[in-house]
Amino acid sequence: MFTVIGIMFGGIAIGYLLRNIELLQKIGKPISYTILLLLFLLGISVGANEAIVNNLTTLGVQALLIALAGTTGSILAAWAVYHFFFKERRKE
Amino acid sequence: MKGSLIVVAFFAFGCLLGWSGYLPDIIIKNDITVYVLYLLMFQVGLSIGSDKKLKDILCSISPKLLLVPLATIVGTLTASALISLVITQWSVFDCLAVGSGFAYYSLSSILITELKEASLGVQLATELGTIALIANIIREIIALLGAPLFVKYFGRLSPICAGGATTMDTTLPIITRYSGKDLVFVSIFHGIIVDFTVPFFVSFFCSL
Repeated sequence: MFTVIGIMFGGIAIGYLLRNIELLQKIGKPISYTILLLLFLLGISVGANEAIVNNLTTLGVQALLIALAGTTGSILAAWAVYHFFFKERRKE
Repeated sequence: MKGSLIVVAFFAFGCLLGWSGYLPDIIIKNDITVYVLYLLMFQVGLSIGSDKKLKDILCSISPKLLLVPLATIVGTLTASALISLVITQWSVFDCLAVGSGFAYYSLSSILITELKEASLGVQLATELGTIALIANIIREIIALLGAPLFVKYFGRLSPICAGGATTMDTTLPIITRYSGKDLVFVSIFHGIIVDFTVPFFVSFFCSL
């Protein structure tokens, strides 16, 4: 967890030092490709995990319900916080 | 939308490949994912560091930011309690324990399996732990795939709250991409706060 943040801050430092190099402004494309690779690998580990695959039908529905509920709840709360506390600041 | 579909396709193809068993064990057992994540974080770092607006972003951090993790926690727990009315097999507190994993699936599933063994027995505790694993993986996947949609209808903070404890690592790149680079520190701050609450909330709800 902290390794991940550390690596990112390392990247920030290097990116800051090299900020005048034109190529670095086009980093968005390789980031998208790396995201695709990461999700592909996540898929492999999900598919290869027998415990997940075998129980997916029985426990999966309950898990899906809780996941959907939690995500929906937090998105609605996020919308409220954004709407009441953050939106004005953007208009300034 | 096209971007999201490509991402889903890559994930689904990965699932099929992993499930088919054609892959050599080396690929599955060695966790390459971690190193790809490191690569991704380094790239994200580069993009932030080389951003000419970095100073303005740093100046925008304020105590008001605590509202973002608060929204995640209140929203998730309220909805998890409500959904327990539908899931009759488990108690309100079981559902709250699963929900308070905030997409941190590895830790929450292990904690639940361990802590629930005393009151539910090994079998049920393992089942609830599996539910926690699947539910929180699904939440991370929803956060990854739904980000562009959430931004469109619920504002730029919604992918951050949806991502729960993962917004400082795995979902950070996608949040940076769709919510905007200026929210990257909000996202990290949110991830760190929510991350630290996971063990507290999970063990609290397991003890009830």
